[in-house]
Amino acid sequence: MNWRGFLWALTALASHWRRRPLLLAAALVGLAAATGLWIGVQALNAEARRAYDDAARAMSAAALPALVAEGGGPADIARFGPLRRAGWPASPLIDVDLAVEGAPASLRLMGVEPVSLPEAAGLALFGAGEDEAGNDADADAPPAPDYAAFTRPPGRALIAPATLAELGDALGVGAGDRLATPRGETPPLVASAAAAPGVLIMDFGFAQRLAGMEGRTTRFLLDPDAELPAAPLSDIAPDLRRAAPRAAADPAQLTESFHLNLTAFGFLAFAVGLFIAHGAVGLAFEQRRGLMRSLRACGLPAWTLCAALGAELLVLALLAGVAGIAGGATVAAALLPDVAASLRGLYDAPAPDALSLPLSWWLWGLGMSVAGAAVASGGALWKAARMPVLDSARPEAWFAAARRARARQGALAGALAVVAAGLAVWGEGLVAGFAMIGAMLGAAALALPLALGAALAGLQGLADRRWGPLAAWMAADARQQLPGLSLALMALMIALAANVGVGSMVDGFRLTFESWLEDRLAAEVYAEAEPGAAPRLAALIAADPRISADLPEWRAETVLDGAPVELRGFADHATWRRRWPLLEAAPGAWDRVAAGQGAMISEQLARRLDLGLGDPLALAGGAALPVAAIFADYGNPRGQVRLSNAALAARAPEAERGRHALRVTPPEAAEAVAAELDAAEGVSAMEQGSIRALSSRIFERTFAVTGALNTLTFGVAGIALATALLSLSAARLPQTAPVWAMGTSRRRLAAMELGRIMGLALLTAMLATPLGVALAWALVAVVNVAAFGWRLPLHVFPADWLRLAALAVAAAGLAAAIPLAGFLRTSPAALAKVFADER
Amino acid sequence: MKDAAAPTPPLALEGLRKTYPSPEGPVEVLRGVSLALAPGESLALTGESGSGKSTLLHLAAGLDAADAGEVRIAGRSLTGLRDAGRARLRRDHVGLVFQQFNLAPSLTVASNIAFQARLAGRADRAWTAALVARLGLAGLERRYPEQLSGGQQQRVAIGRALAARPGLVLADEPTGALDEAASDAVLDLLLELAAETGAALLMVTHSPRLAGRLGGRAHLRAGRLE
Ligand SMILES: Nc1ncnc2c1ncn2[C@@H]1O[C@H](COP(=O)(O)OP(=O)(O)OP(=O)(O)O)[C@@H](O)[C@H]1O
Ligand SMILES: [Mg+2]
Repeated sequence: MNWRGFLWALTALASHWRRRPLLLAAALVGLAAATGLWIGVQALNAEARRAYDDAARAMSAAALPALVAEGGGPADIARFGPLRRAGWPASPLIDVDLAVEGAPASLRLMGVEPVSLPEAAGLALFGAGEDEAGNDADADAPPAPDYAAFTRPPGRALIAPATLAELGDALGVGAGDRLATPRGETPPLVASAAAAPGVLIMDFGFAQRLAGMEGRTTRFLLDPDAELPAAPLSDIAPDLRRAAPRAAADPAQLTESFHLNLTAFGFLAFAVGLFIAHGAVGLAFEQRRGLMRSLRACGLPAWTLCAALGAELLVLALLAGVAGIAGGATVAAALLPDVAASLRGLYDAPAPDALSLPLSWWLWGLGMSVAGAAVASGGALWKAARMPVLDSARPEAWFAAARRARARQGALAGALAVVAAGLAVWGEGLVAGFAMIGAMLGAAALALPLALGAALAGLQGLADRRWGPLAAWMAADARQQLPGLSLALMALMIALAANVGVGSMVDGFRLTFESWLEDRLAAEVYAEAEPGAAPRLAALIAADPRISADLPEWRAETVLDGAPVELRGFADHATWRRRWPLLEAAPGAWDRVAAGQGAMISEQLARRLDLGLGDPLALAGGAALPVAAIFADYGNPRGQVRLSNAALAARAPEAERGRHALRVTPPEAAEAVAAELDAAEGVSAMEQGSIRALSSRIFERTFAVTGALNTLTFGVAGIALATALLSLSAARLPQTAPVWAMGTSRRRLAAMELGRIMGLALLTAMLATPLGVALAWALVAVVNVAAFGWRLPLHVFPADWLRLAALAVAAAGLAAAIPLAGFLRTSPAALAKVFADER
Repeated sequence: MKDAAAPTPPLALEGLRKTYPSPEGPVEVLRGVSLALAPGESLALTGESGSGKSTLLHLAAGLDAADAGEVRIAGRSLTGLRDAGRARLRRDHVGLVFQQFNLAPSLTVASNIAFQARLAGRADRAWTAALVARLGLAGLERRYPEQLSGGQQQRVAIGRALAARPGLVLADEPTGALDEAASDAVLDLLLELAAETGAALLMVTHSPRLAGRLGGRAHLRAGRLE
């Protein structure tokens, strides 16, 4: 290696960036954006997966085998002593929802008896994290309290740090404070990794009081690792029966689609970021062509030149990588609350609370940045390696090269379109869905320059006949410029299409969801009694003359085909018959279900189990029921089966019976009725309007992430366009100067140039709109169905298209403004110099 | 020279001064240059490399502004005119031929030739066709500049400069990139066509041989004409 030559070449090449700070910034921003957004999304995914693991560890108590009351409802705590004496490895567990005054959502209260608590429950209450060497989050967690502090008044309420922080935001409470609940205050709060987000863990005694379950327990956990005694259960506790371990749904599986979605967006951002870097690096290459030629002419070998270029890129990539990862971490941290809300709201999954970026991530990010730089500059390096020393050795005339490139691109676009169509017809599943979208976007992107070229050719002909030579020259020149601009325009089109597509999906979803909620929440008030408070609620309902109908809804859970399914019993009533939104129904469906001769299943369950009307649905504890109807159940990660209360009780005797849907006349009294019921001990009641508002809020937050990523992509596309224009403007002077010299003012030329760029953006936007609609269709009809199990009707929003097109044109104008301002400021001497310069 | 009876000179320069800034301080390239061309007159401008020939030509074309002195094209002064006004004067009265960067690479030969005439609204089909034939470009009209030889390209540039029948043609080493035979052929055409249209011609050249073929000769030295 000729080090002197290498260093000399490197110095000469690098001096260029000092004189072009904007270009340097563009290259750095492109690489940093690509790396940062990709790493940010990956960090969010990894953090969420870790939250699932933590939660699976912390929540496994609920999944242990247990003893439950024979008739459903809570068990008598008096059985605890005799059970332990007889050798049963039992431990009482209280597991109820706990309303916290002023808090936006209720917490899950878990009361445990720490001495008998099975190790398999996974609640490392004391000394949590000590054995988790290497796990940063746990090492930072506050120390867990000791046994005495946990059990003796005032006790301790363990809570996840993130949940504590959320409560801190909502209520202003912190560690050591107590939460106000309907039955008094909780023990002082202590942040602990033992508690999953949204869960409050405390000693059994305190939990009993807060749950209103004095003398009772939700169930007795059984240690799965201990031997069960020979003595039969019926001798010691005849009112208890053994319940099989609950099958817990794996959140990682449920949320797979969500993470795939994020990954797809991350990849899109990565690709668009590389567009920018590619543009900037390519420009720097073009601008230094002369320099490189002189270096070669002075005797520098081609490969030393390439090594110098490579070294320069490596430095750029490392700098951009560091900046990108830092930026990506910031973006991810900003998106984290919305991601967490989505995971909880849409999937009922545990959510991450904080973001950490260990060293390995930095290394990975830098690797991505270097790889990205290599991809973005591969073409330039290739050209440098093969560059002839003499300028006159020009390979090919531009239009011949352009024609060949067009033919290649057209063939590739056609092939991709065929692949997309094939996947649309025969593809199945989420991966096929995303592959279809990828092929579709790829085909459209490749076809874009062809379409724009054809449009410009048409314009050129028209201009030649109608508008004069200047317009014709503009169109011809734009055609020639197209290869340099097309990457940026492709990025713009993809960003626009993503905006149209995702926007249609989100807005369409909002429309559908809101009207669906309205039908679904047909009763005015929904009330629920805790175990033990059911008779009180029943009495209150019976005594209230404003309540015109009491529609009890019993509920139980089961597992079908390995996934959790909700069983919902309902009372036959005109309210449901008239309002409940059915997608498909067999004749006489309501009568059959009311008579216990059929069941209604949710769309996602029908899709998952591949059931249609009339197919038998096998449920434990009774004969199979034919499917009488399929109903929409948007946003529910679990399948749902609706059947008559009697049919449910026959199959699931332990079903909870505390929930009632209430019709209120006049409807205006609903709020008052709900408030009065809610005030009763052990009863919570909500008026349907507030339930609706709550649900809508969850969905808005769910799509906030998508919206934010969408906007970022759009911004990145704008930068890509600006970079490309900046790069072209320098090379365009020799083309513009003669037209100026022949008598066209700079202002006129600048205005035409601006009009041309904005026209190109408008054409691009027009082409992006049908693509966006196709994308929306792919999202609602393919990806959504594969990911969530339900299908949305496709809505289109032309007003949004106009807004987006205007935005794209404005962005293009803005992107063109920088080089044009430069052009307007170019002194006539510099323009004239173009003619004096010999090349 | 400023005789009332004489026709308006296509080009008149008076006391032109031009200074360029440089790292070593300002460089005075032109120190008071005066010159007038009558219709049909042709003048060769010679001088050493770096003596300011191109600078002078650019000032004469209104491509750049002088620090002092006056440029009049077809009797109209450029002083005080802004970019748009100068552009209009050039469009209507001046044909330009340069050594390089003459043609729009995205337009065909025919479009290139007709370009300025159409800009000026003076496209004349018959004249354009005659020009194509005279320049020996017949059959090449649909080609792009890249597909032509250097001499052919320069002939296209001459055609473009003359298509609008301007009163003044300014040429900066129009044959600089051509060999001797091609240079002669191109210069013949330029002189012939200029004479035919009655245009005044100011041409920068390094070659004494070519300079001798023009009607007059001016030498630029130390910022002044001699
Ligand atoms: N934009 C500029 N900035 C600074 N100096 C300039 C600029 N343009 C020209 N010069 C200087 O002005 C002088 C005259 O330049 P000009 O291009 O007019 O010379 P020329 O006579 O045409 O030379 P040649 O025969 O080599 O083409 C030169 O010394 C040159 O260095
Ligand atoms: Mg010169």
